[in-house]
Amino acid sequence: MCSLALFPPPPAPGDVTLYECHNALVSGHIYEKLPLAFQDQLADLPVLTIPKETLKAHSRLEHSTKPAFIHHQETLWKRCLNAWRDVGMCGVLNEVANAEEADLQWMKTGSSWALALCHWVSSLHGSLFPHLSLCSEDMIAEFSQAVDWAGCSIRAFAWHPHTSKFAVALLDDSIRVYNTNSATVPILKHRLQRNVASMAWKPLCASILAVACQSCVLVWHLDPTSLSTRPSSGCAQVLAYPGHSPVTSLAWAPSGEMLLSASPVDTAMLVWDVSTENCVPLQWFGGGGVTYLAWSPDGSKVLAATPSAVFRVWEAQMWTCERWPTIKGRCQTGCWSPDGSRLLFTVLGESVIYSLSFSEYSGEMQGQVGGSKTASIVADLSETTFETLYGEARIGGEVHSMVWDPSGERLAALIRGNPETPESRTIVAVFRTRNSPVFELLPCGFLQGEPGAQPQLIAFHPCFKKGALLTVCWSTGRISHIPFFFVSAQVPCFSPSPSPVVALSSSSASVREQPLFSEL
Amino acid sequence: MHSVPRCLILNICYYHSFILYYCTFMNNVFSFILDSFNDWYTSYVIFCILLMSVVILIISIFNVEFYAVVPSIPCSRLALLGKIIHPRQVIHSVVHAIMGMLVAWCAAVMTKGKFQFLALPCTASESLDGAVQHMCLNEYHLFLLLSGAFMGYNYSLLYLVNNMNYLPFPIIQQYKYLRFRRSLPLLVKRSCVESLYLVRNVCVAHYFFGYIPRAWISTTMDLHTDSKLHPLDTLTGLLDLSLLYHTWLCGVFLLITWHVTWLLFKIYATEAHHFPVQPTFAEETDQCLPKILNSNPPLIIKFLALQDLMLLSQYSPIRRQEVFSLSQPGGHPHNWTAISKECLNLLSDLTQKLIMQQEAAATNGRVKQPSTGELGRSLSSSEEMAFQTQRSNVISRAHMPSLVKSSLLPLKALSTSDLGSSFGSPFSSPALNRKAGILDLNSPWHGSVQSPHVMRRGPKLWTSSSGGDLRFQSPLILLFVLEYSTQPSFIYTWLQNKQEQHPEASIQAVFSDAQMHIWALEGLSRLVAASFTEDRFGVVQTTLPVILNTLLTLQEVVDKHFKLPHASSKPPRISGSLMDTSYKTLRFALRASLKTAIYRITTTFGEHLK
Repeated sequence: MCSLALFPPPPAPGDVTLYECHNALVSGHIYEKLPLAFQDQLADLPVLTIPKETLKAHSRLEHSTKPAFIHHQETLWKRCLNAWRDVGMCGVLNEVANAEEADLQWMKTGSSWALALCHWVSSLHGSLFPHLSLCSEDMIAEFSQAVDWAGCSIRAFAWHPHTSKFAVALLDDSIRVYNTNSATVPILKHRLQRNVASMAWKPLCASILAVACQSCVLVWHLDPTSLSTRPSSGCAQVLAYPGHSPVTSLAWAPSGEMLLSASPVDTAMLVWDVSTENCVPLQWFGGGGVTYLAWSPDGSKVLAATPSAVFRVWEAQMWTCERWPTIKGRCQTGCWSPDGSRLLFTVLGESVIYSLSFSEYSGEMQGQVGGSKTASIVADLSETTFETLYGEARIGGEVHSMVWDPSGERLAALIRGNPETPESRTIVAVFRTRNSPVFELLPCGFLQGEPGAQPQLIAFHPCFKKGALLTVCWSTGRISHIPFFFVSAQVPCFSPSPSPVVALSSSSASVREQPLFSEL
Repeated sequence: MHSVPRCLILNICYYHSFILYYCTFMNNVFSFILDSFNDWYTSYVIFCILLMSVVILIISIFNVEFYAVVPSIPCSRLALLGKIIHPRQVIHSVVHAIMGMLVAWCAAVMTKGKFQFLALPCTASESLDGAVQHMCLNEYHLFLLLSGAFMGYNYSLLYLVNNMNYLPFPIIQQYKYLRFRRSLPLLVKRSCVESLYLVRNVCVAHYFFGYIPRAWISTTMDLHTDSKLHPLDTLTGLLDLSLLYHTWLCGVFLLITWHVTWLLFKIYATEAHHFPVQPTFAEETDQCLPKILNSNPPLIIKFLALQDLMLLSQYSPIRRQEVFSLSQPGGHPHNWTAISKECLNLLSDLTQKLIMQQEAAATNGRVKQPSTGELGRSLSSSEEMAFQTQRSNVISRAHMPSLVKSSLLPLKALSTSDLGSSFGSPFSSPALNRKAGILDLNSPWHGSVQSPHVMRRGPKLWTSSSGGDLRFQSPLILLFVLEYSTQPSFIYTWLQNKQEQHPEASIQAVFSDAQMHIWALEGLSRLVAASFTEDRFGVVQTTLPVILNTLLTLQEVVDKHFKLPHASSKPPRISGSLMDTSYKTLRFALRASLKTAIYRITTTFGEHLK
């Protein structure tokens, strides 16, 4: 078992982790250049800073035009009708209970009683599943993979699976798409694109981005060859399903034909056929919702975490599931090994990493998930004190999010410090991993950003040639890329080279969609 | 070959036994609700249960007889009308009406009370001789029977109009029980709501026409009308809550049982079937996948085979190995050749069909298409175009303003080569169409800008002015005569109107069997992708150029199709209804899976394709 005590001490204050070479993390001054041999690897990756101050906040908080008009007393029936249309039954009851008309005393008392009953019932429901009493924004903040979703300028981050292109969702509900090959940065805005919790690029496709919003899932069809910086909202498909909001997690099938979406409020997760906008709800009561989805890279299994102390692993052929109760709390995050045979997950309230192995997947075991009986602890991340030259550093705690690089050689875990002790901090710990013949987890080191910056989100580049490339979004709004240079021990997985993809995307598929962006 | 239908029949038998079981169960529930326990064993009820089983059996026979994997989409209203009065459909409707009546009779009998019998002794003792008891017509019973027949007929009509005979294949595989359970709540809800509407319609129909069957029944069966009871074709008679409630309940029962029968049939018929790739015994040769794909079996079996191909290419490495294997004596890749050939045939057939359709659309005057030769040329050069699109993109962009301007200029300024080359650029549709229209119309107005409206009226005005001495009449008469002389007769125009093809429907009709192509695309591309690591003998290598060529050609044509002006580029909103309308959106699924297939092959092979 690996523990934090085996780690090398964190870099000196003021230093920034730059890269990994010869199995050691190198840190130095922020403006330091990479060694010459490696420079061309990262030359065109955009390193950017999006401070919170530059983002335009919402000019108005309410999303209706109501306050702009002079107040006008309508009849009660009209108001009730409006409330019914806007809010539903509760709105009508509220409207009647608060009515100023004097002659409707009995109706007012009746509706206030009914309202009280409603509240009582919902509080009863909420006591079973406490997360249901949260408002949807708090709920997203609670279940998001970003450490400080509500306060930081970057809310979600997603690498394109085949090219060097990523999307960043920002605090002002816009999404920017950065591409290494082009200078245009499309900014996506949509009326329904509010409180983005997660994003995912469609695999085996030029440029389709699914966005988990507060009320729906938006699927943006972007044209990689377009020069437009503001794609119109006509390029977005709206996938909405009653009772399925807020959406906190999305996962594309690695083969690209299905999209899964999950909401902590809905007990069903939805399987979308995006092209036809059909969906199949996969209902499974218990748990009270689905908070986090992770599709294994080989496409055979899906992890679905719930808000209560249970998570499920679905197999993606016949869609049956195995249920895994945890002891302490809900499953916070999880990641799959590249061959889909091992799941690492963490649980809220425990500072350890669990591992769960699955039997080798083959088509003959229809409808079986094939998980082992028990999960084993592979790393202990409880708080550890490091004595350094510059004083002592306390590191350790619960894992907030965890990513595994596509070659299966590096694992990054975002460890949230203990909130009670001020000197413990949020930090990214990197492990060296090996999956076969035996699973091994070895310490590699801690990543440190600029002074005062705390890591928000982490993501591995899906097709970095010389090892692995971790992208870290910091609380200052900075997005930096930290390369790990190593020679993969495994058979090289044939991740696509960017060039044919780009060529194809411009040839057959995407250039044809140009009317969406043209000026006509 | 015989055993494949056999297994289908086995499936269906299995499904019938399930239905029988379930039908008795439903009857139990229903009669439990309606009756007290004491009456359970009466002979009537047992007879009713038997009768209901027969009804369900007949309904499911109709389901089996009428199903289709490719929906038939009427392209015009006249075609729909033709479908309704087709003898096959008439039989369907009549049988369903009778079945509905039987269900209603069972419901009436099991309800007891005032609904049980058609004839009752008269309550009014107006007859002088008390010895002879007159029998009176029980209109409540008649009402239930009629409403049952109405509901049955209505079900049959909706079955036709909503294409309920279409078997949609699910987007994910699931066990039968889970699929059934998933659809059940919606089914019950829809049946309840639909039954409400049906009751309303029955009441309206009965209010206006109820006296006809009543008079007929009472004369043929020599029954009297009970003067004490309200006749049911009056408002007061119809406002009987118990009657309405029982009619509604009867409708719910009817719809739920029939819909469940239908649902179970759908689930059983679309279940994935496992075809062997290589026969283990000599007599199984006819049932193995390559053979079935290459022969012409019933369509459902072909669909199931293609679905199985898609599943095996995705999930089963062992069966993929069989596909890539060589034949034992001789060493020929027969399996792979047969499978790939059939898939490619399917795809090139679709390409042909789309090209034909686009040409038809062009001659309709909707769009101007480049000639086939040009199309072929552009297709052959598609690969080299792949690397230049950025440039061509810029070119077409540069073209755009000039095109818009030139439509305002006299026609002579517009060279035809310009027109041809600019087609296929995304900016073509509105301005170009108008130009094409001007080109086609050889009218004296050429050279000046005309709205399409004026152009259509152009010839009419021309003939009228050449109309000889009419010229000297008053303008009013002239107008009147003009209207009659130039306009065809009313019926003709009406027919024309009805026959005019609805563009959306005709597009749906073109893509109605696209599910096959989607599976062929997925299966083929997955096999090719898997061959990168699993194909030991390199059997796929030889066909790879052909596959890529076919896919890219199809891509080109599909892209062109989606650029036709009347083709919507987004799927329509689907309301949460019970009826499956997935056939309406198949073309979008085809487009998406085509792109994914091309990307799957190119990303797997990557640099090796160069």
